[in-house]
Amino acid sequence: MTATGTILPLQLDGLAFEAAGKRLIDGISLTLGVGPRTVILGPNGAGKSLLLRLCHGLVQPTAGAVRWHGPGAVGNGRRQAMVFQHPVMLRRSAAANIDYALRLKGIPRTLRRARVREVLDDTGLTPLAHRPARTLSIGEQQRLALARAWAAAPEVLFLDEPTANLDPAATRAIEEVIGAIDLTGTKIVMTTHDLGQARRLADEIVFLHRGRLLEQRPTAEFFAKPATSEAAAFIAGKLLW
Amino acid sequence: MSDIAQAFAAAFGLIVSRDPGLLEIVLLSLRVSLTAVTLASLVGLPLGAAVALFRFPGRRAVAVLLSALMGLPPVVVGLIVYLLLSRSGPFGVLGLLFTPLAMIVAQTVLIAPIVAALARQVVEDLWAEYGEQLRSLGATPGSAIWTLLWDGRFSLVTTVLAGFGRASAEVGAVMIVGGNIDHVTRVMTTAIALETSKGDLPLALGLGLILIALSLLINGAAFVLRDSTRGRA
Repeated sequence: MTATGTILPLQLDGLAFEAAGKRLIDGISLTLGVGPRTVILGPNGAGKSLLLRLCHGLVQPTAGAVRWHGPGAVGNGRRQAMVFQHPVMLRRSAAANIDYALRLKGIPRTLRRARVREVLDDTGLTPLAHRPARTLSIGEQQRLALARAWAAAPEVLFLDEPTANLDPAATRAIEEVIGAIDLTGTKIVMTTHDLGQARRLADEIVFLHRGRLLEQRPTAEFFAKPATSEAAAFIAGKLLW
Repeated sequence: MSDIAQAFAAAFGLIVSRDPGLLEIVLLSLRVSLTAVTLASLVGLPLGAAVALFRFPGRRAVAVLLSALMGLPPVVVGLIVYLLLSRSGPFGVLGLLFTPLAMIVAQTVLIAPIVAALARQVVEDLWAEYGEQLRSLGATPGSAIWTLLWDGRFSLVTTVLAGFGRASAEVGAVMIVGGNIDHVTRVMTTAIALETSKGDLPLALGLGLILIALSLLINGAAFVLRDSTRGRA
């Protein structure tokens, strides 16, 4: 997608994270390649959010490694972005929030203006462009967070339960934006504990339980024939702990 | 009791008649303290934010030092600035001693640590909320300083007001480096001290009332400004 080539695949190698003597991420090895939308699925507390933070580089693993193997990964600044479950909006307008993200990427002012307009338009936020971001509804803030993360055209976009606190209408708006981002070629890696959402959005499921990787398979296969009893129980709607 | 009542009456008389001597003192006080708080904020806000955001050896010690410096006794600051500015001191050639500029310098030294220490706390608390988001967007500690100072602007107004309160209320530092010279370096607090010791209670009380009123006015204005803008950002 750029002259320098892709930064993918992303390879996790025996990744582990320990805090206060507890192994929260326990020896995860997997590869995420160009293409399929990956959904990291699992019950609350499985370590999904922490795994995203490790991949994104916000948290350093206590063992193992996160490696970007693509030809474009050498000296890659940050061609990846993340949308948090509770995104932090800066105390400025919606448009200025996006402009801020672009400025941090070193994009010149003249280009920023057009890009801000474009991304607001793509996410349906144009009418709210000049509203202070913190006065927007939670759903609108989440859409703005997506727009802000997407603005600099990251190659990989991590999404941490982006619809966890939203009503169905807002959830649908978010899922539509995620679909649009996917169409532009950005690799989507998102977490959810919502089975319906996983079915709707995922091409590939990464199933986590208690910090361990249990399955990584195409969505249809995962739901039709889960290979582990934990996944089967989770799909059946049983409580897993 | 009647002494106090008389003093109040005379004080109001001075205020209402807009006594030129009184006005001169009030204006000089405002000029000195407002300039000092501006300079102290220009230094203290980024300094406090930097201590909050950069990780370096001795960071805790610097934070403790800043907090300790909040309690600097004004007379000691006055004495140190006096020594620096006096004829035989390193900056003696500038001839600043007993000028309003010397008073501004002393008050800036006095309140910059207050502004820095309070700003450090505000920015550190904000970082707990913003940290991951800003790092994800690609912010460095250097660029986050300005982001967080701007996003913390409502809380930082209180920080700056604390500095202004300290500057406008202190008497020790301006007395020593200004010398309380009539028409040159006499400000409200030094005038109050002088008039009280001379027994001219009405003037002292009048100045005291104005000092309190100004403090109320400035704090009130800041609150109104904050409340009216907070909802819009």
